[in-house]
Amino acid sequence: MMSTSRTDILTAIRKNKPAAVPRPTLRDLSSSGIEGDLLALFKKHLKEADGEFYRLESGKEVSALIKKLFPDAKVICSATPEVKGSRPIKPDTDPHSLADVDVGVFRAKFGVAENGAIWVTEEDLVITALGVLPEHLIVLLDPDRIVSNMHAAYREVKLDEHHYGCFMMGPSATADIGAVHVNGAQGSRSLAIIFLAH
Amino acid sequence: MSFNIVHPEKLAAEFLNKDKQHEPQHDEHLWTSRVKRDKEAASIPEWEEFRELASRIKQHTLTHLDQYLEQFEINAVKHGAVVHWARTAEEHNQIVLDILRQHSVKDVIKSKSMLQEECGMIPFLEKHGISVTESDLGERIQQLDKEQPSHIVVPAVHKTKEDIARLFARHIGTDPNNTDAHYLNDSMRKHARPLFLKAQAAMTGANFAIAETGSFVVCTNEGNADIGASLPPLHIASIGIEKLIPTTEDLAIFIRMLSRSALGSKITQYTSHFSGPRKNSELHIILTDNGRSKRLGMPEFWESLKCIRCGACMNTCPVFRRSSGLSYGAVYGGPIGIILDPTIDEKKYSELPYHSSLCGSCTEVCPVKIDISGQIRQWRRVMADHKRLSLIRRLAFKAGAAVLSRPKLFRAAEAGAYGSIKLLPHFLIYNNLFNAWGKHREMPPFAKETFHDWYQKNHENDEHIQD
Ligand code: SF4
Repeated sequence: MMSTSRTDILTAIRKNKPAAVPRPTLRDLSSSGIEGDLLALFKKHLKEADGEFYRLESGKEVSALIKKLFPDAKVICSATPEVKGSRPIKPDTDPHSLADVDVGVFRAKFGVAENGAIWVTEEDLVITALGVLPEHLIVLLDPDRIVSNMHAAYREVKLDEHHYGCFMMGPSATADIGAVHVNGAQGSRSLAIIFLAH
Repeated sequence: MSFNIVHPEKLAAEFLNKDKQHEPQHDEHLWTSRVKRDKEAASIPEWEEFRELASRIKQHTLTHLDQYLEQFEINAVKHGAVVHWARTAEEHNQIVLDILRQHSVKDVIKSKSMLQEECGMIPFLEKHGISVTESDLGERIQQLDKEQPSHIVVPAVHKTKEDIARLFARHIGTDPNNTDAHYLNDSMRKHARPLFLKAQAAMTGANFAIAETGSFVVCTNEGNADIGASLPPLHIASIGIEKLIPTTEDLAIFIRMLSRSALGSKITQYTSHFSGPRKNSELHIILTDNGRSKRLGMPEFWESLKCIRCGACMNTCPVFRRSSGLSYGAVYGGPIGIILDPTIDEKKYSELPYHSSLCGSCTEVCPVKIDISGQIRQWRRVMADHKRLSLIRRLAFKAGAAVLSRPKLFRAAEAGAYGSIKLLPHFLIYNNLFNAWGKHREMPPFAKETFHDWYQKNHENDEHIQD
C-alpha cells in the first residue's frame, strides 16, 4: 500500500481540522413520521414505490401465484425453502448463471413502514445477484416483521455480519429520460411482497 | 488574462439560446423535484431538527476525521477489504489501474461516482486500454454523448427525450423517431446487460462510509451498482474521505434525508451496504483526499465538506434551473459547485461565484445546513481580494443578454420579486427566482442586496452597463 499517502493524509487532517465539535446525542426517533398501523403504512408506501403485495397461506400458494402472474416464466430461482424453483441456487453458484432468471424468490428479514422497503442480505439471497438480475422478484415477508422507520430499521441491521445488505424499495426505477418514471431500469422490473408468516 | 477561465454566462447562453424547449423543460423538471422535496420534508415533523443533527454529526466527524478514518480502515480490513489511500486524483487513478492490471481486467462496469468523475478516471483508464462503461442510465447517456454530467443526481436532465432518442439511434440502433421513455429505457437495459455480464471488474462510489463497521453505502434507484457489485469477482470503491460518519445510528438520519432532498422520494430504490468482499471475490476501497484535507483547513469553506451530494441546492437554484449544470463548466455545478470548484482551481473558476443571484434558496433546502449562499458571497470577497475581479470585465452575460441589455426590465423584475409576480415575462433569465423565493417560508430568503445593487458595488471598474 502507499503508506506515505496514508500518513500524509492523516497528518494533513490533524494539522487542518477545525476545533472539535462534540457528537450530538440522538434521542429515540423510532416513531418519527409514523402515525397509524405499521402494516397498513408499509402497504401504502410499497404501492407508492410501485411494489405489489399479496397475503397467502403457504409456499404452494406462492408457486401457484407465480404461475398465474408469470405464465411464460421459464426459469424460477428460489432462495427460500417454502418455494421450489426450477433452478437451484447455492453459495458457489456463478452469479452470471442467473442472467436468464425470469423470477427470483427470497424471504426478506423485515419491512419498513416509513417507506415500504424490505431489508435483505446475502444470507437471504444465497448469492447477491438474485436480488438484482431476475426480471421479476417475489419476496416473502412475515407481516409481523414490520418496523416503524429507518431509525428502528438500523437497530435491526447487523452490518458486521453480512458483506451485503440492501433496503430495497419496490422495483428498479429511473426518471433519467424526459423525467418520465419507468420501472425496470436495470434491476427487477417488478417486485411483489407476499405476506406469509415465517 | 487567462483563456482558461470558465465563463458561465457564455455557457448559459448556449443552453438558453438552443431552442424554446430545453430551458423550460429543464426548469420544470427540476422544480418538480423541489416541490416533491418540500412534500417529503413535511412528512417528517422533525425535519428542521434533522438538518441540525445532520450538520452537527458531519461537523463532529470532520473535526475528528483522522480518528474515524483509522477506525473505518481497521473495520473494513477486518471484513476482508483492502484499503488504499490516495492523496490526489493521479494517485487514485494509478491505484485503480494497478489493481485492474493485477487482475488482467479489460472491461469495467461502473456506477455513478462524482469522485471518479472529479479524478478524470475514465479518460485515464481508457488511455491505458481499459474500456469503462457507465451503468447509471443518465451517466450512460452523458458518456455516449461525450459530455460531463450536468447534475450530480440526474446527469442528463438537460436533455430532452428527442435528444436521447437521436443519441440512442446513433449508438445502439434504436428508432430515432421513437421518443417513448419506456422504449428507450428498455432498449438500454437490454444493451447494458451483456456489458455487465462481460465486465471483469465493477466500480462504485459511496454515499456514506461507516467508521463503526467499516461498511460503505451506495444509493441508486436503478440497482445498477448492485448488479455490478454482484457479478465480477472484483469490486473497487472510490470513497472521498469526507464521506465518513460514525455509526449506523447516524446513518439513519442521512438516509431519511438524502433522497427526500434529492428527488423527493423517501429513500432510493436500493440503499446498499457493503461490508467486505463476496465469497471468492476481492473488495478494494480507495480512500481519496484530492484537496479535501486542505479544504478542511479553510475556515470559511470547510463546512462545504458536509455536503452529501443530494442536488437539492441545484433543483431549487433559479440560475441553475435556467442555465443548466453545463454552464458551470466544471465537474460540480450549481450552488455547491460554486463553492467546491474554486478550491480545486481558483483562477479557472474565478467567475463562478457571480453565477448566482444570492437568493439564498440553496441554504434553505440544504439537508446538512451548509450556508451555501454565504459561502458564495465569501468567494466573491476572496476573488476581489485576489484581484480576480478585473478578469470579469467582459461581463457579456449573453445568457442574460435578454436581461442585461434591458437593465430596466431586469431591475423592475428584481424589485418586483418583493411584490407582484404576475408581470414577469418568461424570457428573464432570473425570473424563476420568484417562484423559488415565493415558495419558501422558514426564513426571509431574499438577498439583502439585489443583483443590480451588488453589481454596482462590485463592478465599479467594469464597463458600464447601458440603460
Ligand atoms: S450543498 Fe447541501 S443541498 Fe447542495 S448537494 Fe450538498 S448537501 Fe445537497
